[in-house]
Amino acid sequence: MSYLPKGLPEPVTETDKLDLPYWQGTRAGKLMVQRCGGCGTWQWGPEWICHECRSWDMKWVEIKGEGKIWTWTRCWHPVHSALKGFGPYISVLVELPHAGNTRMLGNLLGDPAQTVTIGAPVTAVFEPHDDAKTPYTLVQWQLA
Amino acid sequence: MVEHTLRGKVAVIGIGETTYYKHSQSPDPEFVLALKAILAACEDAGVNPRDIDSFASYANDRNDPSRLSAALGCTELRLSNMQWGGGGGGGAAAIGNAAAAIITGQAEICVVYRALAQGQFQRYGQAQAGGTVSGDNALINPYGIFVPAQRFALKIMRYMHEHGIKQEALRALALASYHHAQSNPRAVMYGRPLTEEAYEASRWISEPYHLYDCCMENDGAAAVVLVAAERAKDFKNKPAYVLAVAQGSDHRNAARAFNAPDFHSASFGPVAPHLWEMAKLGPKDVDVLQSYENFTGGVLMSLTEHGFVHPDECNEFLKLENLIAPSGKLPLNTSGGNLAECYMHGLELQIEAVRQLRGTATSQVPNAKVAGVIAGPMVSPVSTMVFGSEETL
Repeated sequence: MSYLPKGLPEPVTETDKLDLPYWQGTRAGKLMVQRCGGCGTWQWGPEWICHECRSWDMKWVEIKGEGKIWTWTRCWHPVHSALKGFGPYISVLVELPHAGNTRMLGNLLGDPAQTVTIGAPVTAVFEPHDDAKTPYTLVQWQLA
Repeated sequence: MVEHTLRGKVAVIGIGETTYYKHSQSPDPEFVLALKAILAACEDAGVNPRDIDSFASYANDRNDPSRLSAALGCTELRLSNMQWGGGGGGGAAAIGNAAAAIITGQAEICVVYRALAQGQFQRYGQAQAGGTVSGDNALINPYGIFVPAQRFALKIMRYMHEHGIKQEALRALALASYHHAQSNPRAVMYGRPLTEEAYEASRWISEPYHLYDCCMENDGAAAVVLVAAERAKDFKNKPAYVLAVAQGSDHRNAARAFNAPDFHSASFGPVAPHLWEMAKLGPKDVDVLQSYENFTGGVLMSLTEHGFVHPDECNEFLKLENLIAPSGKLPLNTSGGNLAECYMHGLELQIEAVRQLRGTATSQVPNAKVAGVIAGPMVSPVSTMVFGSEETL
C-alpha cells in the first residue's frame, strides 16, 4: 500500500551510480546519506565531492530515521495524470538532526487533512514498491 | 581603484510586444511572434531592422539568433547570447549581458527578446506521464512534487512560519497586479477584476498558494532594443538608461534535493546588494517597481531581500493601498505583471518599466525617474535591474 497512487514516475539509480548506495539502502530498510571521510561534513543530496573541504572521500553512512518537519505543502491540483481525482496529499521536507540538519523530502502519512506543524518530530517509514519494473523503496514519514 | 560598472552606459531605445494571448491561443507560430515583437521594438525605436547586429535571450528561448538575423535580413550578426537557467530568472541578466557586450565593443544594436507559444510546444504546469526519473527528480517526483507551484510552496511556507507572515500579505500582491490590469487594455485579465472574496474562495493549488497566487500561462512575444548611451538620443523615444544589473545566487543555492542553505528565499541574498552598489541607489530611491510574479510568495521574498520591506513588517506593509499607482508607497507591477497582464517570462516587466520612465504607462506613477525590475525569483541564477531617466545619470 503506497501513500500516492500508482502511475507516478518510478525512481531509478542515476546512470553514473552516484546515488546507488541510497537506493540499495532503502531496499534494505536503511537510511543512507553521505558524510565526508575527510572533514566529517554531512551532505545530502549526493554529490561527488565534499562541498566543505573538496575531498573525494565521500562515505555512505546509515542514520536513524528520525527528523523534524522543516517545511511542508498540501497539494491539491493534480499535476500528473496519475493524480487526477486523488488528493489532497501532504509533502514534507524533513530536517535530519542525525545528519547535520540536511533535509529529505517525503510524504506525511495519515490524514491528508491533518494540521501540519513545522518542527514536529517524525520517524521514517519504508514504503516498498516491489512490483515496479525496477523494484524500489521510498522513505515516508509519520508523526513520532 | 578602477570602477567596473554598467551604470548609465547603455539605454533601451525601443520596446515591442505582440498581442498577448491565453496559453495555446496564439494564431501565429512562436518564431513569427518573436519576429513581430522585434519588428515592433524596431518601429518604436526608429531602427531599421537590418541594423540589428546582436541578440540576447534567456530561459532556453527556442528562437535561434542566427535564424532571426537571417529572416530579418540583418547586415551582420555579432553577439548571440543565452543566459543559463530556466523560468524567468534571466530576464534582467539578458539585458545585462547585452549591455556588457555593447560597452565592451562586441555589439552595437542589441535586441533582447522572449517568445512563447505553448500550443506549439509543451505546456507548463503539467508533468509528463509515466516513465522513470533519476537524480534529483528521483528524490522529489515520487512524493508528488513536480511543478514550480509545489516546489516554491515549500519555500514560502517556511518563510511565512519564520516571520509570522499571513495569507493576506500574499493576497495583497495578487490584488495589486489585478488592480493595475484593469487599466491596461493589453492585459489578458483586462475587464476581469479580482476581489478579496474571490481570492479567498479560489481553489488551493499547493498550500499556501491559491489559484490567484500563481502566474498565468500565455502566448506572445516581447522585445527591447539597446544601444550605447551616447547614441541613445539619436532615436525617437526618451531613453531608459540601465543604472545597474546583477545576477547570480547565494552560497550553494542549487544544492541538490532542496538542501540550499537559503532554500526559503527568492535567491537574491548577495545579488540585491550588488545591484544597489552599482546603481548607487537604494530601495527608497525607487519610484516604481516591477517584481516577477511566478508566485506571490516569490514577490514577497524578492521585496524583503531587496530591502523594500523588512520580513517582520510584511503584514503591515503589504496592503493594496501601498502597492498601487499613482499614490501608493511602492507602486508594484503596474501593467498587471505575470499574474494579470501576460506571463511573457517577465520581459513585459522591463517594457513596463521603460513606459513608466517615458510617462506612457496605463497606471502611470507621476514623474517616475527610477524604475526597478526584479526578474524571476526562487531559481538559480536570478537577476535584477534598475532603469533610470536622464536625470538620474
